[in-house]
Amino acid sequence: MAVVSMTVNGKPVSAEAEDRTLLVYFLREQLRLTGTHIGCDTSQCGACVVHVDGKAVKSCSVFAVQVAGAQVTTIEGLAKDGKLHPVQEAFRDNHGLQCGFCTPGMIMTAVDMIRRKPQLDRETIRHELEGNICRCTGYHNIVSSIEDAAKRMSGAAS
Amino acid sequence: MITYPFKYKRAKSVAEAEALLKGAPEAKLLAGGQTLIAAMKMRLASPSDLVDISGLKELSYIREANGAIAIGAATTHFEVATSPIVTRSIPALAHLASIIGDPAVRHKGTLGGSVANNDPAADYPAAVLGLGATIKTNKRSIAADNFFTGMFATALGTEEIITEVSFPIPEKASYMKFPNPASRYAMAGVFVARTKSGVRLAVTGAGPCVFRVPAMEAALAKGFTPDAIAGIAIASAGLNSDIHGSAEYRAHLVGVMAKRAVAEAA
Repeated sequence: MAVVSMTVNGKPVSAEAEDRTLLVYFLREQLRLTGTHIGCDTSQCGACVVHVDGKAVKSCSVFAVQVAGAQVTTIEGLAKDGKLHPVQEAFRDNHGLQCGFCTPGMIMTAVDMIRRKPQLDRETIRHELEGNICRCTGYHNIVSSIEDAAKRMSGAAS
Repeated sequence: MITYPFKYKRAKSVAEAEALLKGAPEAKLLAGGQTLIAAMKMRLASPSDLVDISGLKELSYIREANGAIAIGAATTHFEVATSPIVTRSIPALAHLASIIGDPAVRHKGTLGGSVANNDPAADYPAAVLGLGATIKTNKRSIAADNFFTGMFATALGTEEIITEVSFPIPEKASYMKFPNPASRYAMAGVFVARTKSGVRLAVTGAGPCVFRVPAMEAALAKGFTPDAIAGIAIASAGLNSDIHGSAEYRAHLVGVMAKRAVAEAA
């Protein structure tokens, strides 16, 4: 076991981890950040999406030791000063979740998507969600939430 | 899922990676890990050591020179898909990279990793063979025609590390893939390129290894239209047959994808 250090949600953290410890287990079990979910555990469902150095990755398919020294953002790191992130607000306002299990991954994917493509239409959003599965099949409102969030965020930027 | 234990080593240079491989015969290189880590979690792979080359700046670049685009092995699919150089000079290659896996996978997965792994349904081998690219390693240069030797098999030796793939810029090219609706892997993908020296057409997903179709290439050299290859049947013998589709179905798909690719390129 070695000590792995990284910055998670703006705070430096260090914890023991085997070389084979996946990032998702490091976050959930070592750091107790259980907002990042394990769905399929085979890199298909996207429930475990977090940002590493600003880019969305599936934390079930990355070893913690690989991201030593990196900046990691999880769903817990999106809200600032008790105020939800605009994507979180949009999911709430558009009923973008049913059981909620896929939601952390959907929101982290959505934040990354809007960063890369501020102008989003519904078809693009659906393609961009290829790596995220909602077992309730609640895609319609997830797409609406992301579309709404992108509009709100472009409004805020102008 | 938990992998078998292994030792993780982060290489600071290609030379160091080579040295680390030398001391460990069961070691594997780790780049994006988007296939390797999944295989390790399923316990289909159990390397003794992982030598991480993903962060090496010397392997991450996209350059255009002498009628070709040279891409460093550790360049991610996302970087290739969004590169202004690739988008301008070989848009079919940028398109191919943009439909591998999903956005999160494309942020991690690399060109060199995909080519070295040579998954029968991977996208990149179709572009490498279809464009007649050159694979450069720490030891030599290998022509695409001599690189892919079988299912998950390549001409790479032990301690050999892909450093770059150089893609000649074609006059026209296109990649058409029929993805498995669930996994997005190619059931059949066809990369066609018209170059000054002729036409090349490579197929991924349909067989155990990427392959060219000389009959179609010859017909397209005479006339670069979908009609030119409409009568050319692909033999189903030796193609993949599984729950997703029979060999006969895949043979048919190759013909359909080839015609669509030519229509788009022409």
